[in-house]
Amino acid sequence: MISPQFRYAGWLILVLGLVTAPLLISSGRWIEFLELTLFAAVLGQGWNILGGYGGQYSFGHALFFGTGAYLQALLQFKFGWSPWVAMWFALGGGVLVGVFVGYLSFRYGLRGSYFALITLAFAEAFHVLSRSLISVTEGGRGVSLDLNRDPDMALATLQFNFAAPFLKAYGYYYLILLMLIIACAATWWMANSRFGARLVAVRENEEAAEAIGVDAFATKMAAISLSAAITSSAGIYYVQKFLFIDPGIAYGPAKSVEALIAPIIGGLGTVLGPVIGAFFIHGVGELAKETTGLVWQDRPGLDLILFGVILVLMLAFAPRGLVGLLERAWRKLSGTRPTERDHA
Amino acid sequence: MLKVEGASKWFGGLRAIDGVSLTVPEGAIVSLIGPNGAGKTTLFAVLSGFLKPDSGTVSFAGRDITGLRPHRICRLGLVRTFQLVRPFAGLTVRENIATGSHNRIRSRAAALGHAEQIADRIGMTAMLDLPAAALTVAGRKRLEVARAIATGPRLLLLDEVMAGLNATEVATMVELIRAVRDGGITIFLIEHVMPAVMSLSDRTYVLNDGALIADGAPGEIATDPRVIEAYLGHGAAARMSEAGSHA
Repeated sequence: MISPQFRYAGWLILVLGLVTAPLLISSGRWIEFLELTLFAAVLGQGWNILGGYGGQYSFGHALFFGTGAYLQALLQFKFGWSPWVAMWFALGGGVLVGVFVGYLSFRYGLRGSYFALITLAFAEAFHVLSRSLISVTEGGRGVSLDLNRDPDMALATLQFNFAAPFLKAYGYYYLILLMLIIACAATWWMANSRFGARLVAVRENEEAAEAIGVDAFATKMAAISLSAAITSSAGIYYVQKFLFIDPGIAYGPAKSVEALIAPIIGGLGTVLGPVIGAFFIHGVGELAKETTGLVWQDRPGLDLILFGVILVLMLAFAPRGLVGLLERAWRKLSGTRPTERDHA
Repeated sequence: MLKVEGASKWFGGLRAIDGVSLTVPEGAIVSLIGPNGAGKTTLFAVLSGFLKPDSGTVSFAGRDITGLRPHRICRLGLVRTFQLVRPFAGLTVRENIATGSHNRIRSRAAALGHAEQIADRIGMTAMLDLPAAALTVAGRKRLEVARAIATGPRLLLLDEVMAGLNATEVATMVELIRAVRDGGITIFLIEHVMPAVMSLSDRTYVLNDGALIADGAPGEIATDPRVIEAYLGHGAAARMSEAGSHA
């Protein structure tokens, strides 16, 4: 077990490193890389709550991402709402979809691959709906938000076109970093609470958990709500940063895969897993780009093939993810007996 | 403490339990025996809320609990263990027990502390930091009991906690069960290990083909012809007494 002091020190170094990163990197491309990595980590942390801690593997987390993104975009586009107001409805809408899908699945005891399939099916249904309900969603054209060019409105429009160059360049980076810190703190709080203990018990053995006083249904409903809230917050961020959303981005399978790959590779049911996983995946992707000269956007699917191979290798040789590998290495170095399993 | 009246449960055309009525008085150790397939585990599942009876009522501490869900029944103070043990394999013994403690304790730190006290009481202190997957059969049975006790029950249903244990382990488990009862928890147990049933029980019920065929002090039960026939086949009691008179 990695002792608490080292763990806190590790987190402190990680957070300080990420906070000071803009001072060390001047290249816009690397900031973009960090933004997308942290974005993937937030998505992954959302999935991790339900999939990693709760053992309910969703294949359709795009449902929550897309609902958050669409509501954030449409409330501004159609009704001219302030993004600061819209975001609460986007978040609430994502949670509502989570409650709806969770109720249908968990009430009727769907587990394992059945749960994965139903989430996949709902994501596809929303995909089709968002394409065909043109009067509501603008259909396949997608929703574009107006770019704010007035530095005085940067905060009001939640578009960081500040007059100050530092804020202008790094505003979105700090926003997503803050969101990741909140997501990790929420996960950490959950992992060390009664709710988290009960969720893990449901993952390990649902009937045994019921027998010792755990309301498995209520626990899973709470987990899918929290999971959906974090994932839809990533959708809100996406819209504010790119000012555009369409059915494919919102509800396509890419976001569902992106949400589950970081925690699985990084370490299921750990706070750090999705963060490490996101860095690993995006790092590998970036490396592949550098070395082969192939640009993902020009070779759609190449990155997914690569991720698939990594995923299979990880599941075969390191089922507890990179965090598990780290812990094993730590034990070897510090000579601790491998008696205790670590869950933070 | 526990009162069952006319409980029946069908699985399709098979009557798993058939009009079972019994009582478990507070502070007692009551056992339920019977051949394999008699419906003992089904009855426990009905009592603990895992199955809804098709007819009949279950009342616990003066309250009708028929059809309540398992976690509600557990919160009222009636908890079961599983014949096929179900440890949370990926968690440590401490975390396993603490999950039970959370039934009455909200704080994580307090639950982990409570788990240590329970482990001490059950004799599992040395194993607290082991993953449950690393325990022996006896260890897992013990963990099953520890996790149930951690929920703070008034009545504990033990489903074959001695199956698969060696003689020494059975003796330790018998001591443990007696200590749990002396600690104020009423016990209702299913068991095949007859010496343990004999030494522990204040009263024994015998279930065969889903129906109760006898009940009484364990000594009386052992010589009851209906019980002998249920275990050894039709006519066995007569043959045995015949063999006895020839000797």
